[in-house]
Amino acid sequence: MPKYLLLKRYRGGPEPHHPFPPMDQWAPEDVEAHMAFLRNVSRMLEERGEYVGVHALTPARTWVRYGGPDAAPVTTDGPHPETSDLVAGWFMIDVESHARAVEIAAYVSSEPGPGGEPLYEWIDVREIMSGPPADDDPA
Amino acid sequence: MSRTPTGEVDERALRALVPQVLAGMLRRGEDFDAAEDALQEALIEALRVWAEHPPGDPRAWLATVATRRLVDARRSEAARHRREEVTHAEPPPSPIEEGDDTLFLLFCCCHPDLAPASQVALTLRAVGGLTTREIAEAFFVPEATMAQRISRAKRTLRGRRLDRPGDLAVVLRVLYLIYTTGHAGRVDLAGEAIRLAGRLTLATEEPEARGLLALMLLNHARLPARLDAAGRIVTLDRQDRGRWDTREIAEGVRVLQSALARGRPGRYQIQAAIAALHDDAASAEETDWVQILAWYDELIALTDDPAQQDPAAVLARAVAVGHVLGAAAALRETDRLRDVLGDRHRWHAVRGHLHELDGDLPAAGAAYAEAARLATDIAERDHLIRQAVRARAAPSCRHRGDRPQRETPPERGF
Repeated sequence: MPKYLLLKRYRGGPEPHHPFPPMDQWAPEDVEAHMAFLRNVSRMLEERGEYVGVHALTPARTWVRYGGPDAAPVTTDGPHPETSDLVAGWFMIDVESHARAVEIAAYVSSEPGPGGEPLYEWIDVREIMSGPPADDDPA
Repeated sequence: MSRTPTGEVDERALRALVPQVLAGMLRRGEDFDAAEDALQEALIEALRVWAEHPPGDPRAWLATVATRRLVDARRSEAARHRREEVTHAEPPPSPIEEGDDTLFLLFCCCHPDLAPASQVALTLRAVGGLTTREIAEAFFVPEATMAQRISRAKRTLRGRRLDRPGDLAVVLRVLYLIYTTGHAGRVDLAGEAIRLAGRLTLATEEPEARGLLALMLLNHARLPARLDAAGRIVTLDRQDRGRWDTREIAEGVRVLQSALARGRPGRYQIQAAIAALHDDAASAEETDWVQILAWYDELIALTDDPAQQDPAAVLARAVAVGHVLGAAAALRETDRLRDVLGDRHRWHAVRGHLHELDGDLPAAGAAYAEAARLATDIAERDHLIRQAVRARAAPSCRHRGDRPQRETPPERGF
């Protein structure tokens, strides 16, 4: 069965369906509904035998590269932190098909936002490469 | 002791034998690395066979099987290396008395040359008797990773003299680290840390060891009330105090009193005294903040420059200042910490609390939101978002329109 990452982002990706304010400015009941929905996604995936893992990332980012011989690593949090892509976290799932991964991603995207309205958030669906095949390739 | 009524091996009793057996082997001059491996194999063997064939003397059984494994291992080693390794001199007999096994082993595992993560892993295995798999699960890393961490730690210890008294302060720090990291995983590390600290207090008269045990007991007693049914953090002032473990509180207070009676208070005893005052209040309103502040004054007096050397204590003290002298004074206290802690979520969370105490809900909301942005723990992040939302939604929040728009990315939650 193929494995997929369903990536959620702090920013970046296609043009949002509609704008919404930061979560700390939502009404308390909307925040609760949102958090309960996401907890329920994990539970649903576990019950269906599709759950592999879930991780969230903090928004702090450091870009690092080799500085060259005898030099310290070069680090930056730019150049354009406000426009670049920033992953917030992911579900990892193990499912029957790409179609099922898309179905789950669409469900995640329906998570309730302000006023209980769906966020219509873009979810990035990425297949994880598998290990070497068990059989010889005839080609 | 080897059998419970269900016919299963009592793992806790089995693991309690680990330090005695391992220390016995080390005193005979066995190498720590090899002896610990052999004992792990003996433990696995015990779990396999004791349910069917309980031994008469479990400790002797473990010592015998572990020694046999050690001899087996050495034989195959010797066959490979033509006895090169066997010619090393016998180590001098250890001066440590029987009965100090736990202390002796803790000094080995908490050797200052080891990194904290290695000290923790080795302590849990060699003193706590946990398997590598259990330790790996507790820290959410693959078993192979934890196995490698443990064997690297043991390699570091190879050739080090382990018969000298170690640094008790390091041991206490390692046990507290085990306790504080122990709330999330499937393995009850907090309970394990309490068990190890309890055994440590039997081996040393040092009041700080008792102080640490008391601190853990007095905090652990509140654990059942710390999360609600949905896994949400419940702050101390809102906890259902009826769910606190009164037996653990009584035990913690007893241990703390026996420590304080020695007249040498240290940081663990002081923190335990503060925890005891919280535990002692029948309601949040009845908390004796004046006494708590007095203990915090003692705590920060332990260092020359508390803001630099112990900023976490200064920050915790600020909360007590807020309740005794008022929020404005407390916020001034936290200002001194901006350079040291300004990028930590805890600093913003405390300021949120103090602004709330001050009645300035917009400022509280902004501080909580910033704390949420910096949090590194999901439960805590979600809690801080709730705090922000609660402060902003409160009816007296009349500055809704003036709220500065921050540059922070939208929190979509996860």
